[in-house]
Amino acid sequence: MAEYKYTAADFKSDQEVRWCPGCGDHAILNAVQRALPEIADATDTPHNKFTFVSGIGCSSRFIYYMKTFGFHSVHGRANAVATGVKTANPDLSVWVATGDGDSLAIGGNHFIHAIRRNVDLNMILFNNEIYGLTKGQYSPTSKLGKITKTSPYGTVEKPFNPGELVIGAKGSFFARSIDMEVMLTKECLVSAAKHKGMSVVEVLQNCVIFNDKTHALFAGDKATRQEHTITLRHGEKMIFGANRDKGLVFENMKLKVVTLGEGYTEEDLLTHDAHEKDTTLHAMLAAMKYPDYPVAVGVIRDVDDPVIYDQGVQQQVEEMKAKSKIRCMDDLLHSGETWEVE
Amino acid sequence: MEQNKVQELHDVVIRFSGDSGDGMQLTGTLFSDTAALEGNGISTFPDYPAEIRAPQGTVAGVSGFQVHFGDHRELNPGDYCDVLVAMNPAALKANRKWLKRSATVILDGDSITEENLKKAGFTTLDPIEELGLGDYNIVAPDITSLTREALKDTGLDNRAVVKCKNMFALGICFWLFDCHEDHAFQYLEAKFQKKNPLIAEANKLAIKAGYNFAANTHQLASHYRVAPAHLEKGTYRTISGNVATAWGLMAAAEKAGLPLFCGSYPITPATVILEELAKRKDLNVKTVQAEDEIAGICTAIGAAYAGNFAVTSTSGPGLSLKSEALGLAVMIELPLVVVDVQRGGPSTGLPTKTEQSDLVQALYGRNGECPLIVVAASSPSDCFHYAFEAGRLAMEHMTPVVLLTDGFIANGSEPWRIPSMKDYPAIVPPIVETAPEGGFMPYVRNEKLARGWAFPGKTGLEHRVGGLEKDAVKGSISHDPSNHQKMTYLRAEKVRKVADYIPAQTVYGNAEGELLVVGWGGTRGHLQNAVDQLREEGKSVSLCHFNYINPLPKGVGEIFAKFKKIVVCELNEGQFANYLRQQFQEFQYEQYNKVEGQPFTIVELKEKFETLLQK
Repeated sequence: MAEYKYTAADFKSDQEVRWCPGCGDHAILNAVQRALPEIADATDTPHNKFTFVSGIGCSSRFIYYMKTFGFHSVHGRANAVATGVKTANPDLSVWVATGDGDSLAIGGNHFIHAIRRNVDLNMILFNNEIYGLTKGQYSPTSKLGKITKTSPYGTVEKPFNPGELVIGAKGSFFARSIDMEVMLTKECLVSAAKHKGMSVVEVLQNCVIFNDKTHALFAGDKATRQEHTITLRHGEKMIFGANRDKGLVFENMKLKVVTLGEGYTEEDLLTHDAHEKDTTLHAMLAAMKYPDYPVAVGVIRDVDDPVIYDQGVQQQVEEMKAKSKIRCMDDLLHSGETWEVE
Repeated sequence: MEQNKVQELHDVVIRFSGDSGDGMQLTGTLFSDTAALEGNGISTFPDYPAEIRAPQGTVAGVSGFQVHFGDHRELNPGDYCDVLVAMNPAALKANRKWLKRSATVILDGDSITEENLKKAGFTTLDPIEELGLGDYNIVAPDITSLTREALKDTGLDNRAVVKCKNMFALGICFWLFDCHEDHAFQYLEAKFQKKNPLIAEANKLAIKAGYNFAANTHQLASHYRVAPAHLEKGTYRTISGNVATAWGLMAAAEKAGLPLFCGSYPITPATVILEELAKRKDLNVKTVQAEDEIAGICTAIGAAYAGNFAVTSTSGPGLSLKSEALGLAVMIELPLVVVDVQRGGPSTGLPTKTEQSDLVQALYGRNGECPLIVVAASSPSDCFHYAFEAGRLAMEHMTPVVLLTDGFIANGSEPWRIPSMKDYPAIVPPIVETAPEGGFMPYVRNEKLARGWAFPGKTGLEHRVGGLEKDAVKGSISHDPSNHQKMTYLRAEKVRKVADYIPAQTVYGNAEGELLVVGWGGTRGHLQNAVDQLREEGKSVSLCHFNYINPLPKGVGEIFAKFKKIVVCELNEGQFANYLRQQFQEFQYEQYNKVEGQPFTIVELKEKFETLLQK
């Protein structure tokens, strides 16, 4: 393991952070800046190789606050731009900062295709279930019936669950955190960085101005989070609750919440296997919704997938360079059928 | 063969036509490559329907490939043909209007059936009479039966045998123009030897059979020879516009010492560029077949940021989709080449037909004040040069460049004297290696007004770019009104300054006179040919043809001032004429415009120019 001895301050730019006071984005920025020194060491990545790409929206201002290479692109296209950056130079550690509107509405196509290709990117998906920068319109993750400026009578469209999309697109890594849980976010980011291939970290983020407390019923304060979320860690039992007295079992082809001591012991609970290639259980865990289930946080899926786009392209380049008789343009120009005019 | 006299000809236009599944593109290509290898000047024009297999036997489903070959350099594929090969009545009907008076028509006699005539919309059973071809030299051997007979011992099934009839027709043409079969044989062997040697053998047999049939029967009165062209000394190959474009981009990458990156989405008629680049991993080319046109350009912009020479290739509808990202490239001032192989528009329009109607879109089709460089290629082979130029200008001036070609030159091909890369200049982008004292400022500019290009991964050069307006020096976000005014000026001035780094405008023919023909892009071959013919008749006509569109080269006003009349000819409704009106308001511009999805004809151009000269 390398030792760069970076601190969070090494990743703070000189730009004034202009998100609203109390916005969840501050906590995410904090978590990223605290995670990067550890990531630099764990993945042997020097400071100059970190590159952040964003789209448009509150979340996408993120790159200006990072003292790294940064690219604030156009709405929805962060994943496409980042695919280009990473394919052009697979040596870089490429991060995408994006939101629910940016990546799941206007950029939905690029989102699923970046996952399908398994480009080795690390995405931080800020999910506040609202369009904040345009001042409060519903997004593709807004709950059914949500009243906003563009849905004065409530939405009549069902939301996406980002985790289900990632897993549906055969994503190899998906984690979920909550803005206030800085240490958990950091843990997820470190795992994402270590993962080879596309990783998506969804952070449930609170927009204090336009969608305050949207996640509050299960994530409002620490006590609520203990009761209504479950932190998944590979190899550990699926157990939750302030008294750690609840857990998940698999019965009748479904996940079921049980209370320990009421006919179930800890032995009966499921053990989280983030490395399982089959997507079934991961999809079920990602889909768990309040109030029927605890909302799953932590690394839900982290599987080895050897087919990584940018590496595959690079490998073909190396192979063809070694194999081909054409080594420069002059060779190519004279290849195939030619004739002389005297 | 002795019984047939050989006549010398200066040039010949031959058109192969049949159903879109009849293999006419291959037949035409084999013929034109053969003529090129025998030293003739050639120019080709594939003309095919948008459907892969359009309804069989109908006029709409006719696919054609025209070859113009001669004992001199051919500038265009010719208007009207001397020989028409028609594999069915529909092909005959579709191409009736392209026949020269007294042309030779080789028609598959087997195809003249009641059913086929009906499908092609004939109302009688005599297509020759109905089309008024009585005075033409019609030869109608039963090509299908003759092919079947020739291949009866191959063991192939009827379907496979009948597929070889195009090669029988090719054999007839080989005899007719005294061509060697070697190239076609080699091609067929290379193509089929591994997959199915029997098919290669059958096709070769069909060519031989066609050749012998023509030599032994007296159906064709004479056969012809076209002497080799007096081309400049050197090594030659044939090249199509799309391949030349791909290679020109690669040449620019090589001369800049950077990897080439292409992010594209398949679209007719531009796809061959992506296909060609995808082959060239050996030359450090990376291609991403993106999920859509927007991702195509966005991956390219990302690659440009990361330090590759990045390009995206498309056609009109794709350019529309790329508009927003193209604006981003202007704003962040990164090098990028967007190749637009123009086709008939608007919307899906005429995907396989040619037009020059994306000019205004290329110049202005973005939000905000958003200037960029626009360059246009004018022949299949000079796509190489202008693709190289687009790369040079993009990288040295740190700006996106739109390279306009069109379906006609992209699919057309011609012999090309192979250049040597040592004759091309090095491309020197303003790459920043280390941070200067006081830190790297991304928007500090050089004498070209180009900003520094700092790749991620380089120590001490960490910086942020984006689509928001930036401070003119530091590059941080700025909403300051005077800074926006200044940045708007700088972005435009940077593009205007490019005029100092491109060749001055030239005029072809006399530098002064009665009529100046003005054109741009892919119409050069036709315009020059029409001007040449009028000049031979002693008319005072010159040609001013443009390849650099924005900025315009220096010297344009001086050229225009020396002529009594100016006529701007283009395959649109007058987009370049209006652009010139805006830039050079002191002149009057006549126009000649056509939007039929077809190139100009020499005949119509000459007629227009003669009318203007008489007025």
